[in-house]
Amino acid sequence: MARKTGGNIKDLLFERTTGAFAFLVLFLAVLLFAVLLRESLPALRKFGASFFVTGTWDPVLETFGALPFIYGTVVSSFLAILIAVPLSVGAAIFINEFAPPWMKTPVSFLAELLAAIPSVIYGLWGIFVLVPVLRDVFMKPVTKYLGWVPLFKGPVYGPSMLAAGVLLSIMIVPFILSVSREVLATVPQLQKEAVLSLGGTRWEMIRIVIGQHCLPGIFGATILGLGRALGETMAVTMVIGNRPEALLSLFQPGYSMAAVIANEFTEAVGDVYLSSLVLIGLILFAMTFAVNLAAKWILSRMVARASRGI
Amino acid sequence: MKALFCLAAILVLLPLFLILFDLLIKGGKELKLTLLIDLPHPVGEPGGGIANGIVGTLVITLMTMLWSVPTAVMCGIYLAEYGKGKFASAVRFAADTMTGVPSIIMGIFGYILLVLPMKRFSAWAGAAALSMIFIPVVVRTTEEMLRTVPTTVREAALALGIARWKATLRITVRTAWPGILTGILLAMARILGETAPLLFTALGNQFWQTRLDQPMAAVPLQVFTYAISPYEDWHDKAWAGALVLITMVLVINIVARVLTREKR
Amino acid sequence: MRRISGILAGTAVALVLSLAVVTGATAADPLMINGAGATFPYPLYSKWFYEYSNANPGVRFNYQSIGSGGGIKQITAGTVNFGATDAPMTEEGMKKLPGAILHIPTALGAVVPVYNLDEVPAGLKLTSDLLAGIYLGKITRWNDPKIAELNKTVTLPNADIVVAHRSDGSGTTDIFTNYLTTVNAEWRAKVGRGPSVNWPVGIGGKGNEGVAGVVKQTPGAIGYVELAYAKQNKMKVASLRNKEGNFVSPTLEATSAAAAGMAKSMPDDFRVSLVDAPGKESWPISGLTWILVYRDQTDEARGKAIVQFLKWAIRDGQKMEAALDYAPLPKAVVEKVDLALKQISFKGKSLY
Repeated sequence: MARKTGGNIKDLLFERTTGAFAFLVLFLAVLLFAVLLRESLPALRKFGASFFVTGTWDPVLETFGALPFIYGTVVSSFLAILIAVPLSVGAAIFINEFAPPWMKTPVSFLAELLAAIPSVIYGLWGIFVLVPVLRDVFMKPVTKYLGWVPLFKGPVYGPSMLAAGVLLSIMIVPFILSVSREVLATVPQLQKEAVLSLGGTRWEMIRIVIGQHCLPGIFGATILGLGRALGETMAVTMVIGNRPEALLSLFQPGYSMAAVIANEFTEAVGDVYLSSLVLIGLILFAMTFAVNLAAKWILSRMVARASRGI
Repeated sequence: MKALFCLAAILVLLPLFLILFDLLIKGGKELKLTLLIDLPHPVGEPGGGIANGIVGTLVITLMTMLWSVPTAVMCGIYLAEYGKGKFASAVRFAADTMTGVPSIIMGIFGYILLVLPMKRFSAWAGAAALSMIFIPVVVRTTEEMLRTVPTTVREAALALGIARWKATLRITVRTAWPGILTGILLAMARILGETAPLLFTALGNQFWQTRLDQPMAAVPLQVFTYAISPYEDWHDKAWAGALVLITMVLVINIVARVLTREKR
Repeated sequence: MRRISGILAGTAVALVLSLAVVTGATAADPLMINGAGATFPYPLYSKWFYEYSNANPGVRFNYQSIGSGGGIKQITAGTVNFGATDAPMTEEGMKKLPGAILHIPTALGAVVPVYNLDEVPAGLKLTSDLLAGIYLGKITRWNDPKIAELNKTVTLPNADIVVAHRSDGSGTTDIFTNYLTTVNAEWRAKVGRGPSVNWPVGIGGKGNEGVAGVVKQTPGAIGYVELAYAKQNKMKVASLRNKEGNFVSPTLEATSAAAAGMAKSMPDDFRVSLVDAPGKESWPISGLTWILVYRDQTDEARGKAIVQFLKWAIRDGQKMEAALDYAPLPKAVVEKVDLALKQISFKGKSLY
């Protein structure tokens, strides 16, 4: 009897102690949001909704608008998705469907290594290897012959929206790849064999079965990759060119939300300047939050469907 | 058709080899003993090293883990063992949200909450920002690992009359431990390489500095500063620092994966 | 498995313990003084702090070069013990401070246009209007007739001018835009002066280092950096036509010439501008750089250490300036600075 009571108290203590830590984690998340909100209020009060659509970033006149940064973040991320998704899905199909079994583990391992490389190292490689190559091998020739196309207008500096998009695509590939592979693996073997036995080619099997079945999951993987691209800081800062202007040409420098915070935070003199930067941080927080939520929802639906055997 | 997919696979992995190759060649060129033991020299003068950055990175990382590991693991245990109901769902949601937050925002958090009131940049603030990245990740991996322990194991322990808290700690946690440790190591490798949260918290330092309430050097910060500078000498050091950094990160990653492999 | 776990745990404990030992053992650490700010004098300060710390092992000056804007911001917030800037603080800025602040001048530097053109090995000639035109985005090609007519001895390429400027709050920018505002009406109307402005064109680099880096790596680029950065990176510098109509190259002598009349007109708070200075040999984009310290210090030990350092800086430190192409302060100015240093006090007692 005595032992049982002692056990009960200790059990309760254990539950409460671990619960306290759980509460701490919840508290930290709420605190984070509260801090962001409170510090961005001055800018919100001064500019209101116009903050989202103003293109001026003028520390002298203390007029700030987030448009160039939202534009830059969105464009570079979408460019990254455009490049990364076809490549990742194609690679996933190759590994799952065509590659010999011994290849699967080493390739997964290598993809994980890509994910483990710190952002600043991607940035370093970006500045000294990617940007010069892109500039001399791609941007300069293209601008010479197709410079009249708004997307390819010069002058060509090197650091640009294109460089940021390409670098980002390399960085998000591992995430899209691993989720795509999981999604592809959920296709029931039965369905695949059915198509093949009916005389379909490998390619038709992929197109029909996998295409239909996996589209939502691939979409979810895409959104997940987008979430990561939106928040990338160091690598983008080092190759995007730091120009607070929303320009159409991909060869022109741009700016992103994370990059402007990284570059200007320590020197934002004046309350409005700092508050504007924190407000940009809040917008970034909200964007990544919404995107990640969407990705999780889509992917969990995929998992639910798979377990129901659809 | 197959060729196209094969090409995609090659293109996807090619950058990895290019980057590692560049790191080895360009970084290896500058990798002398002096790099690892010396302090940085004045701007424009060749020589010197990143020793204070290596020590700083280790100090900040270990400091972060000192309070983050217990917090995250205990939280993970709570969610796995008592995790039904609104409170647990809220905690899970909070952790999930935080894992998606860009790391620069955690830097803002550290600056506002610690740097401004304390009136100084410090290793503390850097560690605080990093722990906001570390904790949510480890909470989720810990919970997942604990959930993989079959309920039969738990029930057997309870049937034998072992108190619940003892059963959780001694048996469930111990069984899941390799997986939990892997999660911790992977999160550690991640925060080792983080730069953005340290930009306006730990700030950086030219000298030996191990006091925790002062600015501290860190290798990722040095790589960034050297990379965007115009000095050739510093560019070489940036590559070398990056090589040191990636070695630390990869070693931890490989150890972590070996652990999970052994479990199987 | 147990063994690996055990090894890892043991290593972690060992590392934590050594961390504790190291932290404790260094309680008798040298006094650490933190400063942040301008990149303009960074090559000089970096040398100063290194030499000073070697000669005075009891103190360490940790200086982070984050731009003048950063220096002003952090000293305002009190997160550093001193700031550094080449853009003097404005009246409104100083009102926000918790106490009176002193601008202590340390050196004179030159902001120079640097360019990356294989075709022009040295000394591209420019005027203030050309420079303004380039930075306004009105002159966009190197072989523009206005540039060509000044540089008849070279063949300028038919290439885009890639403009580089600062992406961060910069005293160097303040000096440069101050010059353009003083000499060019269109710039004055459209852009103005400041540590951070709404640049009409161009790509941003972080710090003097960033702009130098961009120009070095981008063929056809033009930028503006402090002379020491141009020299250290063996960059091509342009010569400018000064107020008297002479084309001068940025040299130590030209900067000193700009400072010649300065001593007489030096205000008590040292916040003076040197752009477009009179004098045949004067470099038109010269500027002072200051260290910002509060008059009333809150930390006696650190306050005293800062004052001792500044005393050294305006005397012995000046000897190191020429090698790095910063011009030393004229003697009359040094005497005035000394008076200012005597004002720095802790609880009313001078720390001089």
